[in-house]
Amino acid sequence: MSNEAATAQAAQAAEAAPAPEPLPHGIGASLPPADARAKTEGTFPYAADLWAEGLLWAAVLRSPHPHARILSIDTTHAREMPGVRAVVTHEDIPGRPLHGRGTADRPVFASEVVRHHGEPIAAVAADHPDTARMAAAAVIVEYEVLDPVTDPEQAFEAEPLHPDGNLIRHIPLRHGDPEAAGEIVVEGLYRIGRQDPAPIGAEAGLAVPRPDGGVELYLASTDPHADRDAAAAAFGLEPERVKVVVTGVPGATADREDQGFQLPLGLLALRTGCPVKLTATREESFLGHVHRHPTLLRYRHHADGEGRLVKVEAQILLDAGAYADTSSEALAAAVAFACGPYVVPNAFIEGWAVRTNNPPSGHVRGEGAMQVCAAYEAQMDKIAKKLGLDPAEVRLRNALATGDVLPTGQTVTCPAPVAELLQAVRDFPLPPLPKDTSEDEWLLPGGPEGAGEPGAVRRGVGYGVGMVHMLGAEGADEVSTATVKVHDGVATVLCAAVETGQGFTTLARQIVQETLGIDEVHVAPVDTDQPPAGAGCRGRHTWVSGGAVERAAKMVRTQLLQPLAHKFGMSTELLQITDGKITSYDGVLSTTVTEALDGKELWATAQCRPHPTEPLNETGQGDAFVGMAFCAIRAVVDVDIEIGSIRVVELAVAQDVGRVLNPTQLAARIEAGVTQGVGIALTENLRTPRGIVRHPDLTGYALPTALDAPDIRIVRLVEERDVVAPFGAKAVSAVPVVTSPAAVASAVRAATGRPVNRLPIRPQAAVVTERG
Amino acid sequence: MGQREGAAGLTTHAPQAAQAVTLPTTLDEAVAALTAVPAAVPVAGGTDLMAAVNSGQLRPAALVGLGRISEIRGWQYLDGHALLGAGLTHARMGRPDFAALIPALAAAARAAGPPHIRNAGTLGGNIASAAPTGDALPVLAALEATLIVAGPGGARREIPVSHLLAGMDMLRAGELIGFVRVPLLHAPQVFLKATGRTGPGRAVASVALVLDPARRGVRCAVGAIAPMPLRPLDAEQWVAGLIDWDNNRALVPEALSAFGEYVAAACIPDAALAEDGSVAPLPPAVLHLRRTVAALARRALGRALS
Repeated sequence: MSNEAATAQAAQAAEAAPAPEPLPHGIGASLPPADARAKTEGTFPYAADLWAEGLLWAAVLRSPHPHARILSIDTTHAREMPGVRAVVTHEDIPGRPLHGRGTADRPVFASEVVRHHGEPIAAVAADHPDTARMAAAAVIVEYEVLDPVTDPEQAFEAEPLHPDGNLIRHIPLRHGDPEAAGEIVVEGLYRIGRQDPAPIGAEAGLAVPRPDGGVELYLASTDPHADRDAAAAAFGLEPERVKVVVTGVPGATADREDQGFQLPLGLLALRTGCPVKLTATREESFLGHVHRHPTLLRYRHHADGEGRLVKVEAQILLDAGAYADTSSEALAAAVAFACGPYVVPNAFIEGWAVRTNNPPSGHVRGEGAMQVCAAYEAQMDKIAKKLGLDPAEVRLRNALATGDVLPTGQTVTCPAPVAELLQAVRDFPLPPLPKDTSEDEWLLPGGPEGAGEPGAVRRGVGYGVGMVHMLGAEGADEVSTATVKVHDGVATVLCAAVETGQGFTTLARQIVQETLGIDEVHVAPVDTDQPPAGAGCRGRHTWVSGGAVERAAKMVRTQLLQPLAHKFGMSTELLQITDGKITSYDGVLSTTVTEALDGKELWATAQCRPHPTEPLNETGQGDAFVGMAFCAIRAVVDVDIEIGSIRVVELAVAQDVGRVLNPTQLAARIEAGVTQGVGIALTENLRTPRGIVRHPDLTGYALPTALDAPDIRIVRLVEERDVVAPFGAKAVSAVPVVTSPAAVASAVRAATGRPVNRLPIRPQAAVVTERG
Repeated sequence: MGQREGAAGLTTHAPQAAQAVTLPTTLDEAVAALTAVPAAVPVAGGTDLMAAVNSGQLRPAALVGLGRISEIRGWQYLDGHALLGAGLTHARMGRPDFAALIPALAAAARAAGPPHIRNAGTLGGNIASAAPTGDALPVLAALEATLIVAGPGGARREIPVSHLLAGMDMLRAGELIGFVRVPLLHAPQVFLKATGRTGPGRAVASVALVLDPARRGVRCAVGAIAPMPLRPLDAEQWVAGLIDWDNNRALVPEALSAFGEYVAAACIPDAALAEDGSVAPLPPAVLHLRRTVAALARRALGRALS
């Protein structure tokens, strides 16, 4: 018997083995993702696996300078290389030469100036990836190198780097009495580094020209309709002639796709009439996509003798990099949440987002909110220290609750169980001290085989409380459309919400199972022929796309039950569907869904659109946010105070989730978010001295490994339903990212007594030199 | 460091489709293959080389795979020394039987990256790539190891490891590192490494320290802070004179600290005197590095003497 046959038989035997347990289904169950098996076995097709007959390979030439004037671009040599099929530059863009999420201020290809290291200048299609790279390198660009503006504080005075100017947005928030003063005042200056989203799987895509002169783009896009619109505008085509097909997304914690890479791809396919593939190297990926805003924050907190906040003054400066992208939204979040989930009667916050020659910043989850959280929590620690109070107690005395007013003047109408979250993490038992366990099991800072010495290790406990907003803010139209189809006892969901790892497809299946009692639910692949569902960020797919799926499923339910209800003279509300069976309230009627369908196909399409919001006005006031989510984290760290190495021992998390829709996925999202936050706190910082990106690789850019990830204890999930959200559920992924860096910094502060005002925490900031 | 056998993955990347790959089974065959094709590159574990090939930085015209040369995959004893094959993997060196022989080299091997790197990467590759952060290098420097290099026509010559790392004596065309001769000291040895994170990472600084009771010597090397491991010879001599070699070797904490400071100051000296006689203070990051080296050296000596 051949090996193959043996394996096949073994597989069959395994499948036929014991009667399977009934799979979990419906809302609140831990339904596993449908693609989990394919992903773990390595058979799941990602964008980098795509192939088309006769495809060409693309390569992009990027600027080596952060700021330079382009004197000339000579593509002659590149064009003449054997195997090269097309070379495109700014001259070859048939449509709009600018693109950008949020603000379209970024050239597809630089024409007169380059404004950041890695800005695309030309792209090549050739019959081999090496030929394409060599041809891109053979494009001769003559630069006049200019002084880069890399310090955001210099951007105000510097010559404009862009026709739109250097100030992208300024929000002067004024709330309350400027003369108010507290008994004590604490001040601080804080710096947050540049985190890269470093998505699993660098960008890759395939563009296929269509016979009608349009083009199809196969991308791991997280916002296919926005990407399509940008592509159509650049190609000078109607949106209908550009189709974005979403392939497997390896995972996204940000706008993972760089449009500056998608547009050359499509352009080359249109130029050559051949399919064109581009797979970015990790280095290009670091250079291309947006990063978290490096931020400089200056704070002054006034508090009374009991530690109650009287006034907060702050200046927040976001380094937007060379292009605006979504910096305006990040600034709104930073300014609105500058005081954190605390009641502050008087707040005066100045926020600026400015243009520099650094790599562009944009949406990385918790943007804006994360940076301010690190700063305001450091301020809360300072107040506690000054008054000799417990850090958790100071936070509790100021905790925000439903009905309180934010510094933006918006009343918090959603559940805001801040005090409850804080109490939960504070009262959770502390992890045992290493002296109580065997020394072999003690993982010291520096890791196994590291240099850690028990005598030099100090333990610290710290707290972080954070908040984020959900959905787009300031009047963004957050809408999603979904279709549910039922045929032959099988339901199908069509919705352009992209599964980025957030679990939308699993949730959609759960919603349909819950509403229609049909267990077999499929979620169709996403492309832009479907109506838009928007970007996958800020929990919007759980909210609006989930909401749309629920409405569509309910409409199908009504269609299904109406004839039966009519026949038995009762309303559809009196009928119930469970496990594929329809029963009436009195048990008289009992039939199956399949029988009721009677071979028919039922379709329904619905939209979900939350209540509108308004932009912040000229004093930073306005009901800008649809909803908010909160989280409290207690961090326990061990610090080797001679070397400054830090190990996060445990993070105890309590989170405001509204309602648990899928316990396993929820826990996974919290663990992932918390770990990403540990990266910000300790190691993740893309360094760009003089505007040049240093070490754009995963050796130089240290992501947390399994050994760096602490024990994560989810000690409390507060399920207080948010009445305006579908299912009452809140977004869960972003708020742990926002909160955990602040908690880790707070714990390092407690362990070392050092101020720790910079993230990531450098080892020299965690060293205690004078022992005493 | 070396390669996965055959390097078959190359063809999907390289336009020059036919890659000449030779897989010799003896050291002399390998040398002959390298001599025959001067452009050929030897490859053992491939953890550095193949990464460079895959990223397009290197396009070797031909490869000589060293993975099938069984004579360099193990070790043997020779006159109070161990003759280590250059093809020993980090994973093999990390095992307890090896640790009983040369504890510091075993500790460095265990600290050298994640398991998949340790399974492939070799001792010889660590020396040949001579990265400043190579974890085995300070240990070999402290042990005053000697390389046995195979050359054309069955020739063998010896190079002290420090001469190779300092560029005083380079490998010539066609030569391969065959073995590494290391003294068996039968005394405590320590390797300590400071990294930026808890998980596997490149060394920020590392210290290897070995005791040589027969010669009443302490030998120490500091890795990762300079292009090659640094030996603080004065500090070694000074501390060796303090130790009571015949009885309890332990030193008072003050002596350990002084040793640490001595080593750190020797490896990271103050800036030179300015014309007006003042000394510019070291930048904070360098000061921190010096403090780290001092702490590592102090801890290493303390552990070796306890």
